[in-house]
Amino acid sequence: MSASNTTTITSIGAPNRRNTELAMLLFAVAIPVFAYADAGLAKHGSVPASLAEYGLGLGCIAGIAHLLVRKFAPYADPLMLPIATLLNGLGLVLIWRLDQEPSITTAQLGGPMAPKQLMWSALGVALFAIVLVFLKDHRILQRYTYISMIVALALLIAPIFFPAVYGARIWITIPGVGSLQPGEFAKIVIAVFFAGYLMVKRDALALASRRFMGLYLPRGRDLGPILVIWALSLMILVFETDLGTSLLFFGLFVIMLYVATERTSWIVFGLLLSAGGAVVVGSTEAHVKVRVQEWLHPLALQNGGVTETAQSRYAFGSGGLFGSGLGEGYSRLIGGIAPKSDYILATVGEELGLAGVMAILLLYGLLIERGLRTALAARDPFGKLLAVGLSGGFALQVFVVAGGVTGLIPLTGMTMPFLAQGGSSVIANWALVALLLRISDTARRPAPSPAPSPDAEATQVVRSQ
Amino acid sequence: MNKPLRRVAVFCGLLVLALLARVNYVQYVQAGQLSSDPHNRRVAINQFAQPRGDIIVDGKAITGHTTTTGSDFKYKQTFTDGPMWAPVTGYASQAYSTTMLEGVEDKFLTGDDDRLFFNRTVDLLTGKQKQGGNVVTTLNAKAQAAAYNGLGKKKGAVVALDPRTGAILAMASTPSYDPGSFAGNSLTDEKNWNAVGKKNDPDDPTLNRALRQTYPPGSTFKLVTAAAALQNGAVSDIDKDTNSPDPYILPGTTTPLPNEGNIPCKNASLRKALKYSCNSVFGKLGANVGLKDMVDEAEQFGFNKEQFVPVRADASNFDTEMSPDHVAQSSIGQFDTTATPLQMAMVASAIANNGKLMQPYEVDKLVAPNLSTIAQTSPKQMSQPLSAENAQKLQSMMETVVDSGTGTNAKISGVKVGGKTGTAQHGINNEGTPYAWFVSYAMTDQGSPVAVAVVVEDAAANHDDVSGGGFAAPIAKDVMEAVLNK
Repeated sequence: MSASNTTTITSIGAPNRRNTELAMLLFAVAIPVFAYADAGLAKHGSVPASLAEYGLGLGCIAGIAHLLVRKFAPYADPLMLPIATLLNGLGLVLIWRLDQEPSITTAQLGGPMAPKQLMWSALGVALFAIVLVFLKDHRILQRYTYISMIVALALLIAPIFFPAVYGARIWITIPGVGSLQPGEFAKIVIAVFFAGYLMVKRDALALASRRFMGLYLPRGRDLGPILVIWALSLMILVFETDLGTSLLFFGLFVIMLYVATERTSWIVFGLLLSAGGAVVVGSTEAHVKVRVQEWLHPLALQNGGVTETAQSRYAFGSGGLFGSGLGEGYSRLIGGIAPKSDYILATVGEELGLAGVMAILLLYGLLIERGLRTALAARDPFGKLLAVGLSGGFALQVFVVAGGVTGLIPLTGMTMPFLAQGGSSVIANWALVALLLRISDTARRPAPSPAPSPDAEATQVVRSQ
Repeated sequence: MNKPLRRVAVFCGLLVLALLARVNYVQYVQAGQLSSDPHNRRVAINQFAQPRGDIIVDGKAITGHTTTTGSDFKYKQTFTDGPMWAPVTGYASQAYSTTMLEGVEDKFLTGDDDRLFFNRTVDLLTGKQKQGGNVVTTLNAKAQAAAYNGLGKKKGAVVALDPRTGAILAMASTPSYDPGSFAGNSLTDEKNWNAVGKKNDPDDPTLNRALRQTYPPGSTFKLVTAAAALQNGAVSDIDKDTNSPDPYILPGTTTPLPNEGNIPCKNASLRKALKYSCNSVFGKLGANVGLKDMVDEAEQFGFNKEQFVPVRADASNFDTEMSPDHVAQSSIGQFDTTATPLQMAMVASAIANNGKLMQPYEVDKLVAPNLSTIAQTSPKQMSQPLSAENAQKLQSMMETVVDSGTGTNAKISGVKVGGKTGTAQHGINNEGTPYAWFVSYAMTDQGSPVAVAVVVEDAAANHDDVSGGGFAAPIAKDVMEAVLNK
C-alpha cells in the first residue's frame, strides 16, 4: 500500500472492533445509570426505586443491539452504537428527571413520559434489529427508489389531514395508538429515494450543463426534480408550518446532489433558492414570523408574560460552567411539554452546564462524522450517497434544533435526536443508526480474497487512486 | 465522490463548531445578564431558597422564617409584632418583592452579598447550606412600643433619634400592616396584599409615614427660623423684645399674618414668641433673615435632600426661590414647606446635641451567620446647623415651651425636656384635617439621649396649643420615658 492511500479499503482484514464497542457500551450504560441515581438523590434524597428497571432496560437494549451487531454486522463501526445508547440513556434520565416536576407532568400533559420513552427506545431497537437482520445488504434498497419516493411523499403529506398541534401540522393521530411524527421516518425514506435517484442521474446532472457566468447550469429536465423538491419543501412549510422539516429535506437534497455531481453550483442554487423561499415565507407566514420575532428579541415579554424562548434562555444562563446538578435546576419553568421535547437541551444546559452541553454536542458531532466516514469508506455510490444523506440530514437536524434552542437561528419544531421525548423520533433514529451500521459493515468488511493463483510467484496488487 | 464528501464532513464539523461557539456565548458571556434578569423567576426562587437572615432589635430577632410547600419558594419570612415593626423591616414577600430594610439589605439577608463571600466559601467546603447574614438595628424596642401604642388607632408617625449619635430609636407609622400576612405566595397572601393596597384602603397602610410622607411642619418649623435668626445675628438676646407688629403685614402685600387666638405677640421676645408660637414674630424674622440664609439654614438641617438611613427617606422641602411674603409664610412652616417626621426629629436632635447634626441611621451592624461583624456603622456628623451657644439658647427656649408654654403635656419629672408644638392646616381654605406636631428632646447630665418628632394626622381640633400639645406631646413623652427607662 502506498502512503498516499487514505481509504480504509484494504485487502488485509481489519480488526472488527466488536470488543471496543462492548467496552464503550459499558460506559454508555453506566453513565446514564449513575446520572439516574444522581438525579434521584438530588430530587428525593434516595436512589430511585426504578433504577434497576431503567438500568436493566437500557442494559438490555444495549446488550441486544450489541449481540445483533456482532452476529449480523461484525465489521460495523464500533462507535455509533455506544453513542446512540449513551444519548438515548441520557435522554431517558433527563425525561425521568423532568417527570419529577408535578407542574409539567399533569395528566393533561400526558403524565410521566420516561416509561413511554423506554418503551419507544425498545421499539426503536426492535426496528434496529429488523434492519440488521433482514437487510443483508443496503444495496437492496436501491430497488425501491420510486416506491421510497411515494412513501416519503405520503408520509409528508399525511399530517395535513390532521389538526395542528402547538402551531404545527406535523403529527398524525392514530386512535388508540397515539400520535406519530411521520416527518422523522420520511427523513430516512427520502434519503433512500435521493440516493437511488442521484446514483442514476448523477452523470447527466454533472456533465450535461452549460457554463454561465462561471456556474454550470444544468439542463431543465435535470433541474426539474430539484425545483420540485424546493417547491415541495415550501409547501410543507406553508401547509404544515413546519420550518424544520422543510429545511431538513431541502438541505439533505442539496448535500446529496453536491456529493453526487461534485458541482459546487448546486450549492449556490440551493442557497439562493432556500434564501428566496425563507424570505417569502418568513414575511408572510404568521407562525414563522412569530418564531423570527422571538429569535430577534428572545427576552421580550408577550402578553405581559415571559415566553418559552426567554425561559429556555434563562435556563441556559443559570447553568454556568458545570450546571446546578441533575434534578437541581428549574427548567420546569419553561412549562408544558416543551422541556421534555423541544427544549430538552435547555435542561442539559441548566443542570449539566456548559460542560454538559458541549459534551452532548460533541457526541452528536462524533456520531455525524462517523456516519460521514462510513460514506467515505463505502465502496458503492449508492452506499456513499445514502450514508452522506443520513448523516448529513442528522447533522442538519441537530444543528436546527440545538441552534434554535440556543438562539443561533430561529426556533423550529424538531426533536433533538435520541435525547428528546418522542416515539417517532427515537424509533426512526435507531433505524437510521442501523442503516449506517449496515453500510459501514459492508464498507469495512474485508474484500473476498482473490482466487488462488496458478502462478508460482505472488502477484502484487496495485491500486490506482 | 470523496472530495465533496470531505467538504460535507468539514461543513458538518463547522455546524457543530458553530453550536459549540453559541452555547459558550450563551452560557458564559450572556450568563450573568440572563441569571440576574428581573423576569427570570430563578432570581426570586434563589432569594427564598434558604432562610433569610434576621433583623435584630435589642438582641432579639423581630423576623423569622418558616418553610412553605406547594410553590417554588422554600422559605417564607415571618414577622414578630409585624404592624409595629413594619416601617423598619418592610416586607419580604415571595410574591411581592421586598421593601425597607428587607429590601435595602436584601443581598446581605439572603447571603448573596459579596462581603459574605468568605463565609459562603467556607460553607461550600464544609457542605453547609448557604446562610443569610443578620441585620442588627439601632432601634429601642420599648421606645418603638411606646410610639406605636401611643399612636394607637390614630393616623400618624413617630421618629425618635439619639441626638448624640443619630441612631434611630423608634420609627412608627400608623395605620400599619402585617408584613407576615402576605409573605407567602398563596391565595390568602394575595387577598391580604390587595387589602392593604392603597386602591382598597384609602389609609394606605403600607406607606411608611415616618420616612416617606412629607407634611407641612407648621409651627415646629419656627425652630429652624429661630436657629437661622440666631446664626444670622438677626437676634442675639432671646429675652430682648423684638420689633414686631401684631398682626404682621406680609411684605409687598396687604395680607396680614395673624396669630391664633388672643396671645401676646406684639414686640414679643424670641423666647416668648416661641412659647406662645407667634406667627407674626417668626414670619417677620424669616423675612428679615432673608431667603438665602433661611434656605441655607434649612438645608443644613437636612431639608431639600433625600436621606438614606440606609432606607431612603423623602426629601423635605423648603423652596429656594420665593418672594419675601412667601419667605415669611414659609418661615412659619406654611406655603410650600414640608417635612418628614424624620426631618423634624433631626431638627430637634441637632438643637439637643448642641448644634451638631448627626447622620441618622438605623442599622448598627451587619453580622455574618457565624456572628462575626461584617460592617459597623460609626456615628457621623452630618452638619452643624448652629453653634453650641445658639443651640443652648434654643434649648432654653424649648424648655420654656414645655415648662410653661404649649408643650406642658410632655413634662417628665426630674428631667429637662424641650419641645415645640405645631398645627399645620392644609387643604383649600383649611378644610383638610390639621396635622398635630410635636418635636421634643429630653436632656440628662450626659447630654440628650433622645429627640422625638410626632405627627398625628387626624387631630380633631384646630388650635395650636390644644392639638400639638394635646395629641402629639403625650406620645412624645411616652417615647422619651421609654428611652430614659422611667
